[in-house]
Amino acid sequence: MREEIITSGRLNPNIDPHLEIWHWHIPLYLFLGGLAAGILFFASLYVVLGKENQFRGAVRRAPVIVPILLIVGLAALFLDLKHKMYFWQLYTTIKLQSPMSWGAWTLMAITPISFIWVAIHIKEFLPKWEWKWLIFKELELFFVKNKIYLAWVTLFLSVILGIYTGILFSAFNARPLWNTSILGPLFLTSGLSAGAAVIILFSKRKGERVNFAKIDIMLIGIELFLIVHMFMGFLASTEVQIEAANLFLGGQYTAPFWIFVVIIGMIVPAVLEFLELKKFHIPHVIPVVLVLFGSLMLRFVFAYAGQLSRWLY
Amino acid sequence: MRYAMAIDTKKCVGCSDCVVACQTENNVPIGYCRDWIVEVTDGTYPQLEIEIRSERCNHCENSPCVRCCPTGASHYEAGGIVTVTHNECIGCGACIQSCPYDARYSHPDGYVDKCTFCLHRVKKGQQPACVEVCPTKCMYFGDLDDPNSDISQVLKKRKSKTLIPEAGTKPHVYYLI
Repeated sequence: MREEIITSGRLNPNIDPHLEIWHWHIPLYLFLGGLAAGILFFASLYVVLGKENQFRGAVRRAPVIVPILLIVGLAALFLDLKHKMYFWQLYTTIKLQSPMSWGAWTLMAITPISFIWVAIHIKEFLPKWEWKWLIFKELELFFVKNKIYLAWVTLFLSVILGIYTGILFSAFNARPLWNTSILGPLFLTSGLSAGAAVIILFSKRKGERVNFAKIDIMLIGIELFLIVHMFMGFLASTEVQIEAANLFLGGQYTAPFWIFVVIIGMIVPAVLEFLELKKFHIPHVIPVVLVLFGSLMLRFVFAYAGQLSRWLY
Repeated sequence: MRYAMAIDTKKCVGCSDCVVACQTENNVPIGYCRDWIVEVTDGTYPQLEIEIRSERCNHCENSPCVRCCPTGASHYEAGGIVTVTHNECIGCGACIQSCPYDARYSHPDGYVDKCTFCLHRVKKGQQPACVEVCPTKCMYFGDLDDPNSDISQVLKKRKSKTLIPEAGTKPHVYYLI
């Protein structure tokens, strides 16, 4: 049998025998960022569409967790940095070719916006809330008056945040599993689906929950289509990408991907949401938790499997 | 000016002198290396062929590491040498992910480190440490833009290859075959 044996003398920590430079921090952040983007997308969308009163759960209630999601996500990102005291260097330049650079700037903009969004809707949770200082009252008035513009900006930034979480991976040509332009739309859709699920949890009105259950089923359908499309692309591509796809098609990430991400995280919640629409009594927290679990696992599986995929030479 | 390196796979014996010279010259932490030896055995016994390569950062012309660095710490120096400015590096690991050759590593002090073609020596007109010490004289370093340089001459006379040219990085470490 003809064989090729490659022996390397290199044994750099976290690089060999295979890359392990990104750990739990990055997929956790990508999940939280995607979820925050999903919630803010729907919140701003319904303001732009002028349907705020019909969709109070989406516009006023669910976004209350977004600042927390973003802060925890940013903390995870910070923990991942190996040269932490130099993190401010991110904000000394804008590098358009680097997804991480425009991701950092997007976060810089969307994090304060998420606080503003919560602040102007604080009365939804605390009806007797009064700002102690006049400046806050005036700021609230200003943002309430200009809410439509705030919503447009948020809508735009939320799409960038959602899609950037996927593009961050897909920009790496060196990791064949990540190097597919499907990843941006897939992570965006997954973030929107997770966002819709959280809105279901926060919504008080049945009509709104039904609306978001329908949206979620549609988004899960799109995700499944994108996944099939991604594998078609890989299998019709070069040897390294076929090998990368094989990590999920018989290789070591097959079970986590298909069981945790596709079945438990997408198909089961979609079926449960569908049955709920057909008047079966299903506690709506179950599909919500499953969608969130699937969305988190999608990032974890891709982050770890991607680092296993490489060019052979 | 375009610096490049050529390594003669027919002369390299895989002694690792280049690895040790680099570690000493650049104070590379113990357990890490900026250059390394790869042996590729190919064929069916007894018709076996062996290729020995001293590998390192390829100082690519289209470097994915420079492209994806969010702070600009990874950059091109004069002559196309790719280096990392330590106090601009945040240690995010994006460049490590982006390198198809896995030529970078995270230094224990936090920043990302890699081969610099011994830029500090090159600036003084010296050869990189690995080239200097090679006992079989299998390594060539110099300016590709100068048609009379050793490297231009050897690349003209001999057949050569680069690693993973299909990755589109335009590497500037050549292997004479």
